[in-house]
Amino acid sequence: MTPTLGAAGDVVLSVAHVAVRFGGLVALSDLNFKVFDGEIVGLIGPNGAGKTTAFNVFTGFLQPAAGEVRYRNTLLNGLKPHDIAALGLVRTFQRTSIFACNTVFENVLIGLHRRGRSRLWDTLLALPREKVAEAELANAAREILRVVGLEGRAQDTAGTLPYGEQRLLGMALALAAKPSMLLLDEPVSGMNASESAKVMRLVQTIRASGVTILLVEHDMPMVMQVSDRIVVLNYGRIIAEGSPAVIQKDPDVIRAYLGEGKKRA
Amino acid sequence: MKRALPAIWLVVLLTIPLWLQDQYILHVLITTGIFIIAAMSLNLLLGYTGQLSLGHVAFFGIGAYTSALTTLGFDIELFGFRVVHQPWPAIAGLFVGMLVAGLSGYVIGRLSFKVRGAYFVIVTISFAEVTRLVALNWVELTQGPLALTNIPPYTLGFPGLGNYTLWNKAAYYYLVLALGLVAYVVISRLVGSRIGRAMIALKENETLATSVGIDVTRYLVLAAVLSAAMAGGAGSLYAHYLKIIDPDIFLFIYTVMMVIMVITGGKGTLAGPIVGGVIFGFLPVILRPFAAPAVQWILYGALMIVIVFMLPQGIIPALQHAIANWSGPTRDRSGALLAGSAKPGEGQ
Repeated sequence: MTPTLGAAGDVVLSVAHVAVRFGGLVALSDLNFKVFDGEIVGLIGPNGAGKTTAFNVFTGFLQPAAGEVRYRNTLLNGLKPHDIAALGLVRTFQRTSIFACNTVFENVLIGLHRRGRSRLWDTLLALPREKVAEAELANAAREILRVVGLEGRAQDTAGTLPYGEQRLLGMALALAAKPSMLLLDEPVSGMNASESAKVMRLVQTIRASGVTILLVEHDMPMVMQVSDRIVVLNYGRIIAEGSPAVIQKDPDVIRAYLGEGKKRA
Repeated sequence: MKRALPAIWLVVLLTIPLWLQDQYILHVLITTGIFIIAAMSLNLLLGYTGQLSLGHVAFFGIGAYTSALTTLGFDIELFGFRVVHQPWPAIAGLFVGMLVAGLSGYVIGRLSFKVRGAYFVIVTISFAEVTRLVALNWVELTQGPLALTNIPPYTLGFPGLGNYTLWNKAAYYYLVLALGLVAYVVISRLVGSRIGRAMIALKENETLATSVGIDVTRYLVLAAVLSAAMAGGAGSLYAHYLKIIDPDIFLFIYTVMMVIMVITGGKGTLAGPIVGGVIFGFLPVILRPFAAPAVQWILYGALMIVIVFMLPQGIIPALQHAIANWSGPTRDRSGALLAGSAKPGEGQ
């Protein structure tokens, strides 16, 4: 049913008949789509189309009024955000989202929470186990900072980083949570061209490591270049779905973005 | 030098009863120490998880009353049943007090899952007020305004050395110092660990913390339980040291005192509650020769306003900042020097 382009694998995320209403406003109505293992799927649409609302539903920050979301066959409805993160479905945020008062290194350590295994007694009694666990976390943190290219900033206070690096740190935090699927909410918004290129390379590196990616983004060149498949939302419903080449020519999509113009003779 | 500093402090603290002649000062040191433990426990909740509990004295008072009642025993009627408790050793009271305070911390922690911010503050104030009213009106158990009196001092059993009852002030001083150190070590280990990072994450950005898989409720409840148990322990020390407690122990002013100690010293720092505690614990002693009690209170408030106004982050963060600024330029200078010496090499 759903066209699978560039990726063949099991269904990772399946969204069926999801609806969200804020009072009388319909934010999402009857949303249906699937993401397959190893894909990069772009979720696009004009402002207010419901992209971030969809992310909030998938990650447990919002409960849908109807429909169901499944992640690797686990029903996500009713689960709390931290439970969903524990399943391996991790998101980033549209606005800069970091622990601004802590150092970059501490930020990643916080993100590594799920990978830690020390218990209260280990900590209070400073058992050797605790030291080993902390050393492992520190190594993992250094590795993640190397992947995103922030190793030189490890000891800087996160809030003092330039904007682009703060966004990268946000991705590092999400990566630290060991996702098997990553939801990126406008990862390159407000970035300059070289910063965007860096993020695009990073997204591809992440996918190469076996992580499935769902991406919300306004930067069309980036979406078209990086995505295997694109889903277009408008007014809370899907208006088109397919490969970047198909989407670029879809009349509904062009109308949604540019409005209905007079046809030129 | 930096490593030697804690050792020097410890030696000074350990020898105080040996050279200090004034018993009144020793008494102030003990009560200040007890309140510093309570302030440290509040700091765990306020400074690290960011939850302002304005009913913290409730845990302190619950610890004090539970410990006293465990030690004194009681004989009451509850829902038609007669409940009799035979007196237990005072040191058992300390543990039972911490346990019951910890349990009430659990209840408050669970509640805070539903209510945050201003509502949490109101819940905690109300909780403290309810505990005060219970202590005041459940006369059969607590003697109400007549107070619980003749609370016996702790007796410590040392294997092979026999029992030792803490009759004098010096012994209490050492007990408070020892338990204060335990509390300090517990908090410092906690905040430097994965658990502490989860708490700090929750304070700074709760949404982001949950998005990376941190179970916010769990760590909030954990912090509340540990903090309450610690405050309960301080309450027990207070009851057995003063040998008398009345419902006034639950007064709002004591919570305010703890909050002031934490905020002036620097919330979210390990040394903050200690510095704040020493300042506000000793202020009455220093002011006593010069000022009438009413004037003391005015000066007390004025000093607090000045500190909060001048150093909004607290004394310890301001000091750290000053030290960083002072040593910062030297680091930069050496960096510039290196860059300067590298340049001729580049030219060749």
